[in-house]
Formats: sequence, structure tokens, C-alpha cells
Amino acid sequence: MIIRPSRRGLLIGAAAALAGCDQLQQNKSVTDFIRIGEGLNKSAQRMFLSEQPLAREFTPSDLSPVFRANGSTMPQGDEYAAHMRGQFQNWRLAIDGMVARPATYSLDQLRAMTARTQITRHDCVEGWSAIGQWTGVPLWSLLAQARVAPGARFAVFHCADVMGDGAAYYESIDLFDAVHPQTILAYELNGNPLPVANGAPLRLRVERQLGYKQAKYVQAVELVNSLAKFGGGRGGYWEDRGYEWYAGL
Amino acid sequence: MTSSDEVTTPAPAMKKPTREKVYRHTRVVRATHWINAICLFFLVASGAQIFNAFPALHWGKKGFGYDNVFVSMRAEAVDGHARGITRIGSLKLDTTGLFGLSANNGQMENRAFPNWITIPSWRDLAAGRRWHFFFAWIFVISGLVYLTHGFSSRHFARDLAPTKEELKPQHLWHEIVDHAQLKFPKGEAAKRYNALQKLAYGGAVFILLPLMLLTGLTMSPGFNAVAPILLDLFGGRQSARTLHFISAFLIVAFVFVHLAMVVLSGLVNNVRSMITGQYEIEPERQGP
Repeated sequence: MIIRPSRRGLLIGAAAALAGCDQLQQNKSVTDFIRIGEGLNKSAQRMFLSEQPLAREFTPSDLSPVFRANGSTMPQGDEYAAHMRGQFQNWRLAIDGMVARPATYSLDQLRAMTARTQITRHDCVEGWSAIGQWTGVPLWSLLAQARVAPGARFAVFHCADVMGDGAAYYESIDLFDAVHPQTILAYELNGNPLPVANGAPLRLRVERQLGYKQAKYVQAVELVNSLAKFGGGRGGYWEDRGYEWYAGL
Repeated sequence: MTSSDEVTTPAPAMKKPTREKVYRHTRVVRATHWINAICLFFLVASGAQIFNAFPALHWGKKGFGYDNVFVSMRAEAVDGHARGITRIGSLKLDTTGLFGLSANNGQMENRAFPNWITIPSWRDLAAGRRWHFFFAWIFVISGLVYLTHGFSSRHFARDLAPTKEELKPQHLWHEIVDHAQLKFPKGEAAKRYNALQKLAYGGAVFILLPLMLLTGLTMSPGFNAVAPILLDLFGGRQSARTLHFISAFLIVAFVFVHLAMVVLSGLVNNVRSMITGQYEIEPERQGP
């Protein structure tokens, strides 16, 4: 049989090539180089998104029977436990950093503001999807009240959950996504107060990006001109661990 | 051997007849072929890494968990022992050692694809995605060059479009029988692609690879906002993910058949023609 040795050779060759790939993984200049793909993803998507189209909105019949909770589902610590006991009456959302008028809001104050409700799909970077109905305050309206200072480029979300490795969860988006009409700080899921597992009392929805951008347990939104000083400097908990900052794909 | 890129160098009449060579593949086709081969290797291996993060396929707009799955590959308890189980619809296969549960540094590990298929070999979704997107871009750019060349040079119309005659069932059946008997065209007939080649290459170029790209884009929440029509076309993001996987599987199948044919129909001649462009024609046997 002519084919046998060459097929075996092929498999050995493929295994050797993959072993070679593992070598490449260890090489920082290689891993930095292939980040070109991430940059191209962002540029290409931003080019097509320049008119700020909306993410698809679904109907109530599309809702997932259970909205899967992933990542942190129960923040540790006495402080959060006390907030839970008090039904988040003392929870405060701060808007600060590069703004002319820093402010803090209680949940009641946020609920009194003009709300937006949207039924959207949540896509985890792992590959699964769930559809939920979110109600919350559009971030643009909070930013308008706070008056973003010239030079501010990013909104950084500080969260109450501390991950297994001891680092606090945080996320960031740029102003392009921050002012999008579907970018909201949600306090309701499927018509009920946001459950703890899904980020109570307040989570970000930035609908044209993947799940890890949807920061839960949001305590503060800080406007900044650089992400360098936060965490590992890449703009988010998962970004500091290798994931893309722009998670549109 | 001639180093010229000229078409058809007729064999000089000699006692021992030398074989006629034709210029079969243009520079663009050769270059994009190899770039594409490298891209597919990395895309499949990094794609397997990405699949391992959530080794189940669903149909529709949404989907998670292992209920109501179309395909899953994971470790399941069978009689109190962990086995690698691959489910396809109602079919349940024990694939221990390969899919669902496989050895990694001497220990059995719960993973869909084994470590020798994935990039990197260890579990790292972020790295898998980086490799995937990097090579996806090269694949797209190389593909656009290839398509532009193929249309503008009339390569597709001349060499890939099957004729009416070739598409007749008797003709196709005849070719299938010949292929099964490993009888490959000689002489004049070997100078062009046969109908099965045209259909296989055409299917890969115009159906499978574009399907791969479009279903990939349909998994992007960003691109969904740009072109929501793709969601309707493929029946939702999870359907697109499933189709992405199926078309990857078909491309891998295509590559295996392609490699087998390359070997069986003249390894050296075929590989040389994809490197230098020169393809040797085996003369039709005259007389006994």
C-alpha cells in the first residue's frame, strides 16, 4: 500500500508542526505579533459600525428559559453581603474621573430616570448564547449629566466581585460604545430585579461585544484617557489574561 | 528539465520519449495555494482549541448546557467510569482516547479534541482565538487575491467551470469508476481538470470556504449589528456556529481526499506542479 507510510509521515509531520506551535506560544514577540489579527478585527468592525447600527433585538418568545450565569455568581466579602441583606438600598453608583460633574446615584435614583428595555443575545467567548430582556439606564444619559471632559477616551467599570486569583473584576469600553443607545447599566433581567448571579444590582450591557465585557456588580464608572494604570493595563480582568480588549468577534 | 515558464514545451523526438510538460498553475495560484494550506492548518487546530472551550453544538438563536444539543464531545460517567463520549443527534459513540477524554502528559483529561490536534496543546482559549483571527485574516486576503486573479485571468471560466457534457450522469459515473480503479487521465485529457476535480475544487472555492467565512462572521456580535441578514440566512448564531463546524469538517475531509489523490496520481509530479508550475503529461499508451 503506497499511501500508508506517507499518511503516517503526514501525521508525524502534523504532530511535529503542532509541537513547533507550542514553542511559538512561549515566544512573546510571536504572541504579540499575532495580535495584529485583533487590531484588524477592531478596525474592520469599527469601519462597518461607523453609523452605530443597533444589535438585533429579539421577542419575548426568544427568551432563554434560564439566563445562564457565568464567571462570578456570588461576590465574596461582608460588604457585598450587607448590600444583599439591605436589598441594595445603600448601593451607590459613582460616575467620576474625567468629568466636569462627578455624581453618585442610588438605585432608586437610577430607576427614576428614563429607562431602556431591550431583548438581546448574550454571547460568551466560549461559544454559547443566551437571550435575556434587560432594563436599565442608558450610559450616554449618565455621561451627559456628568459632562465628559475633553480628552477622555474610555469608561472603566469598577466591579464588586473579586476573582479567584484575588484581582478585582473590571472592564472598559471606549466612548464609541459608551454612547451607543443600547449600552445601558441594567438593573432588571426579564422584568425582575437583576439576580445576584447575573450581577445585582447593576451590570453593564454593551450589546455588540462578547460576554466578558458585560461587567457585573458595577460600583463606579470612571472616565479616563488611558487604561495603563488599571490592573495589568490591558483594560479588563480577562484582557489582562490574554483576551482581546475589543471583543466584537 | 526546462526552467522556462512557457506553456507546453513539446518533447523532442528521441529514442526514449521524454514526457511533455505543460505549465499548469500560475504563480498566483501556486502562492495562494500554499498560503491557504498553512492558514487551514492553523485555523483548524486553533478552531479545535476554541471548540474545546464549549464542546457542544446547538441549532437556533441561542443555546448552552448539554441539553438539547446537536453534537457534544465530553467525558461522561459510564458504569461509574469516565469515558469520552461523542454524541451526534441520538447517536452515542465511545471515543475515549480521542474525543471527550484523552491522555495529556500521561493523565487522562476531560477535553473534546486531544492535545495533539489543538493550538496551543494546553487549554488556552485566548491564545487559540489569537491564532485563529491572525490566520483568518491571511486566509481572507489570500482568498481575495486568488478570486480576483481567477476571475480576471478567466482561470475559473477556462479551467474550473464544468462543461455541460461533463455534468451528464453517465460521464460523471464513468469518471467515478475510473477514479475508484485509480485510473487517471493521460495524454490530452490530463492537460485539464476532469469533472470530479472541477466539482471538488469549485465546491471548496465557491461554497465551503465562503461558508466558513460567513458563518464565522455570523458568530460576531459586532458583525451581527452590521449585517443582521446573516443571522436570518443561517438561522441564528448557534446554527451558524454549528455550520461553521460542519464546513470545517468538510474542508478537512476535502484535504484528506485531496492529499490521497495527490499521492495516488503522482506525488512528485503533482507537488512539483504546485511549486514550479510544470506538470508532466504521461503519454497515452500506444499499441500493446
